[in-house]
Amino acid sequence: MAGSIVNRDAFLSNIAKQLGRAPKTQLTKPVWQYQPQDRVLKDATKDELVAVLAKQCKNINTNLIVTTTENLATDLQKVVDYYGGRSVITWQDERFESYGLLPLMQTQWPQADIQLYIWDETQPEENIRQAEKANIGMTISEMTLAESGTAVLFSDKYRGRTVSFLPEKSIILMPKSTIVPRITQAARWMSQKVQNGEHIASCINFITGPSNSADIEMIPVVGVHGPIKATYIVIEDQ
Amino acid sequence: MAMKTSDDRFNKRVSKELENTFMRGAVSSAQERFQTRRLQQANELGHWEEWRSHGEEIRQHVLANLDYYLYQLSENVANRGGHVYFAKTAEEATSYIQQIAEKKQAKKIVKSKSMVTEEINLNPALEQLGCEVIETDLGEYILQVGDHEPPSHIVVPALHKNKEQIRDIFKEKQGYDKTEKPEELALYVREKLRNEYLTADIGITGCNFAIAESGSITLVTNEGNADLVTALPKTQITVMGMERIVPTFEEMEVLVSLLTRSAVGQKLTSYITTLTGVKDAGDTDGPDEFHLVIVDNGRSAILGGEFQPILQCIRCAACVNACPVYRHVGGHTYGSIYSGPVGVVLSPLLGGYDDFKELPYASTLCGACTDACPVKIPLHQLIHRHRQVIVENEGRAPVSEKLLMKAFGLGASSPTLYKMATKMASPAMSPFTKDNKISNGPGPLKAWTDARDFPAPNKENFRSWFHNRTKGGTE
Repeated sequence: MAGSIVNRDAFLSNIAKQLGRAPKTQLTKPVWQYQPQDRVLKDATKDELVAVLAKQCKNINTNLIVTTTENLATDLQKVVDYYGGRSVITWQDERFESYGLLPLMQTQWPQADIQLYIWDETQPEENIRQAEKANIGMTISEMTLAESGTAVLFSDKYRGRTVSFLPEKSIILMPKSTIVPRITQAARWMSQKVQNGEHIASCINFITGPSNSADIEMIPVVGVHGPIKATYIVIEDQ
Repeated sequence: MAMKTSDDRFNKRVSKELENTFMRGAVSSAQERFQTRRLQQANELGHWEEWRSHGEEIRQHVLANLDYYLYQLSENVANRGGHVYFAKTAEEATSYIQQIAEKKQAKKIVKSKSMVTEEINLNPALEQLGCEVIETDLGEYILQVGDHEPPSHIVVPALHKNKEQIRDIFKEKQGYDKTEKPEELALYVREKLRNEYLTADIGITGCNFAIAESGSITLVTNEGNADLVTALPKTQITVMGMERIVPTFEEMEVLVSLLTRSAVGQKLTSYITTLTGVKDAGDTDGPDEFHLVIVDNGRSAILGGEFQPILQCIRCAACVNACPVYRHVGGHTYGSIYSGPVGVVLSPLLGGYDDFKELPYASTLCGACTDACPVKIPLHQLIHRHRQVIVENEGRAPVSEKLLMKAFGLGASSPTLYKMATKMASPAMSPFTKDNKISNGPGPLKAWTDARDFPAPNKENFRSWFHNRTKGGTE
């Protein structure tokens, strides 16, 4: 569907008038005088970044597991059990196969009476219904920000936004190759995509732990509208 | 709720709030927590002054080229299927949003926290159409259920309420029967609002930062409510103050890094969400229709003038949390949805001196706000400038100050009168003087001595001291 723009000309000419000049149609972004963001964790190795992430997870009420592809299924199962099993909703994502998770998801979970629902682009209403009743939502981080303990997620038709918001518990898989110092690197990546004329996801989530609030007497409460509990699983060899 | 939140006179608001001991305790402990966390995060990040300077140069550049970036933003929003509406006034903005609600035959609207929608008085406009409007931010929801009380803090709207009061609001209005434990209250609201998201026709959000290069809007929350507001209803409306924009993702990141540290002392909040246009083809959650309403409502009149730096503001409330006056009088005293130093500067500019002329005097000009500001707005200088404008251009100095200045002018212009006045000061004040202090002064001194002692005038004035001294008198 095509968009529309209303009242723009008068609105913008008034701004130009207030600024005492003609409307500006050409502009090159300046080279900024300050660039403090590049210094943060500048020369850190991936291992050091995982250590920073682990430390930050303690501040954000998030459980962190570091594992390998070989042990991933076992470790994931432990978390699912710890969270009470029952039902998991996740994306339609070929990476689960390359992480060796299909036997767990397709065979073991049904046997253990853990219901698995995979996001289905042909079933809009069912997706929401399932996400709403699922105990656990499982997603994969596209870029992992060590400093803040953040997963970056991109939505698309196979990867629903609400998988990370409606279930009470959230598990995010983090391939170690996706770890970077901070949000600066993610922002540059996005900006580069835009400049290259690539399509960016309609929803990009930077998720840092479970939902929380300090709106009542400034007392921190974990779990308000989004997940109440969160676990990150870093996969060392991915 | 419009920007103005009270019809009471300023002095009455001050007296009332000063008596609210819970509020004062809550505010001072909140200020301490906020400040400690902010400083700790700034320290941990390192090079904080450079970060502030970077934030400042970004905001200044955007304001100087605002028309360019708004043009670019609107093009990119439309390219991604969004509708952009430029609203000169609050009325234009609300009536456009009303039209959408009517067209969609909306019955239920969910909202995430937004100061600009408060400013343009959006909720009553929608309620007038018969829509149910539900605030989903925990603090905002508490205030809404509690008879639409105004927010007392930009970031923590219900800061002035204690948990017992909050429990009683839910008990009285909704039959809540659990305890005052914040966890239980939050869980109750979670369950209560979950169904509202799922059944709402429209979701309305504010905008922390729009990104010109991609036509995206960025929302910063801890609760995740903005994500459900934008993922579940079929129609999304985002309302933004026209200055809340950055050139690219790179600047968004810098300002978000400054915002989350300065507002709540976090490296990032739980959810930073960048939304671009309508949902993509094939997506099954996200909006089918997206409207971006860009609001002027008095902002362009600030551009190009001496108060332009206030438009650099990213609404973190670090200035509020640093202000010694806010600490004592709380947010409601300001009579504006924008409280604290930012409110003192912004409210008279957006709402006029008629309603907000006292606010620039609700400051000690200590400069703590300026030091705390992550984008280096010279807040205390702007507050001082307001006072100058009020006295010099507007002729609105308080009556007692006018009289005092007039009398001083008269006295100081004639040597005889001056001599008499300085001689008379001590005997004239002697009925009010005790131990060289005036504790209960008359007339213009009353406001001062209500709060603290005033030193009594010296019995000997400077001229007679000097005269005696040259004659070999006391030194």
